[in-house]
Amino acid sequence: MTESSSPKPTTRRAFLRGAAAAGVGAAATSAAAATPDPLITEVQPWAQGFGDPVDETPYGLPIRFESDVIRRNVEWLTADTISSINFTPIHALDGTITPQGCAFERHHSGAIELAKEDYRLMINGLVDTPLVFTYADLERFPRENHVYFCECAANSGMEWAGAQLNGAQFTHGMIHNMEYTGVPLRTLLQEVGYQTAGKWVYVEGADASSNGRSIPMEKALDDVLVAFKANGEALRKEHGYPVRLVVPGWEGNMWIKWLRRIEVSDAPVESREETSKYTDVLEDGTARKWTWAMDAKSVITSPSPQSPITHGPGPLVISGLAWSGRGAITRVDVSTDGGKSWQIARLAKPGEKMALSRFYLDIDWDGSEMLLQARAMDDTGYVQPTKNQLREVRGLNSIYHNNGIQTWWVRTTGEAENVEVS
Amino acid sequence: PALAGDFGLGRPALPEEIAAWNLDVRPDGTGLPAGSGDVATGEAIFAERCASCHGDFAEGVGNWPKLAGGEGTLADPDPVKTVGSYWPYLSTTWDYINRSMPFGDAQSLEADEVYAITAYILYSNYLVDDDFVLSNETFGDVQMPNADGFIIDDRAETEYPKFTGEPCMQDCKDEVEITMRARVLDVTPQTEEDAATA
Repeated sequence: MTESSSPKPTTRRAFLRGAAAAGVGAAATSAAAATPDPLITEVQPWAQGFGDPVDETPYGLPIRFESDVIRRNVEWLTADTISSINFTPIHALDGTITPQGCAFERHHSGAIELAKEDYRLMINGLVDTPLVFTYADLERFPRENHVYFCECAANSGMEWAGAQLNGAQFTHGMIHNMEYTGVPLRTLLQEVGYQTAGKWVYVEGADASSNGRSIPMEKALDDVLVAFKANGEALRKEHGYPVRLVVPGWEGNMWIKWLRRIEVSDAPVESREETSKYTDVLEDGTARKWTWAMDAKSVITSPSPQSPITHGPGPLVISGLAWSGRGAITRVDVSTDGGKSWQIARLAKPGEKMALSRFYLDIDWDGSEMLLQARAMDDTGYVQPTKNQLREVRGLNSIYHNNGIQTWWVRTTGEAENVEVS
Repeated sequence: PALAGDFGLGRPALPEEIAAWNLDVRPDGTGLPAGSGDVATGEAIFAERCASCHGDFAEGVGNWPKLAGGEGTLADPDPVKTVGSYWPYLSTTWDYINRSMPFGDAQSLEADEVYAITAYILYSNYLVDDDFVLSNETFGDVQMPNADGFIIDDRAETEYPKFTGEPCMQDCKDEVEITMRARVLDVTPQTEEDAATA
């Protein structure tokens, strides 16, 4: 292995914290303790006095020791923080359900406050009767529950030209995965009596950006949900309260928040968000449009740059996420040598369609350097490509839909870095 | 009258309500209201309402979007994607300005003002002369340079065949070299704690 240049003497917080913890960990896992542990031999305050009463926290936040498990933004990515993005701390999460409070946000004119009383949903266009629904109306239609991932089309987009941001949160954190409750869009389209000439629906939000997108009728009638609950409770303001669209497997931009209007039409609108944006420039200067589905993808969340190995050699849990917008994850392979050889990882449970899957590979780390990679496969037979394989087809300027294999360089110290390999 | 549901929920939308929200304009001009605006009028409105972010000549200020320029750069290493160089349809420009601009004061423009601003953006992209009047009637006369620059998602043909099948598991390559490092680039945000530690 060669280094392209020596590292700059910049942030080393995670590294230092990791190194310190590694010392403690090494002692704790040694064969025998030299002296009795005062955390055991001395009565601790929490074992003696009271904890908080039940009326302390009507709606709780995580304990303060978890204060680094938060959304982060990257200032230089956008002109301002109103039409911008932040990132889910996937490096610190486990399982598959994203806590709503740290699930990423992407707005084009900010997170608006829209009360249920002020909410209206209009369905017009090629329908027998254009209708207006209140929020209360929507709660009277038969409901369904589904778990789906919402991945921004631009997730990993900053990495097209090479390794740039140092952490899974930043390279892969424009994603969340929630259990949604809502009404199938199909049900509402049937209620207004959509006409057979209606080949498309145009969906838009109540915010100033409107974020209008065109969706083909086949998808609208298939699995799109008009959702009002996520992970058991109302949507968060920043996720579209009180109603958003859920478009399983398709790029996050189409998951219209604060959904206010659905227009049935015989042609797509070709709105700003499907012409200027969310079109993918290829090497010859032409661009793909309507690249709706998010292809199979994975990332190792730990170890990773923000989640270094802190315990020294020995048993190590390699943990990560895999997902596909085309179906269910069937297998994830993990390499520790940069793709020379692969092992089949263990899925925590069978893959579910268009939802995050958690995978693990439990290894006995000998303390040597690793080049960690994960490779997802879905039930269509698609195998997650390398970044170079994608670049061969698309060039470097697609911005969106980067599902290439990620590499983490794990050092002997346990520190990890975002790198690209040959 | 096909496929009607029978929950009896919701109530009919009134024409005034549909007119208030149904603002989208399609590539063929469907949805455009009657009205017009010329380049000179557009320049004056642009200077007042748009130029602080997008520049006097629609060239963009700082990190704000460039609306003009970039002709012929789409296959370059750093393509400049503007209304003139990239956008396929004029309808999108009118529609987006009308509904979502100015940023922070959306839906404050009259239809004639949107026509005038759109005419000025076309002029800034050297697509019309300085005496051009854009209206719902002249809308169809404007040819956008990159109208044919888009193809419908072809991943099924160009990528799926390459990216399917049983992948290599052992002895997949002889050498692996690190070719690029994020830490060398050093653009990942730091917290105050990070900065104090550094």
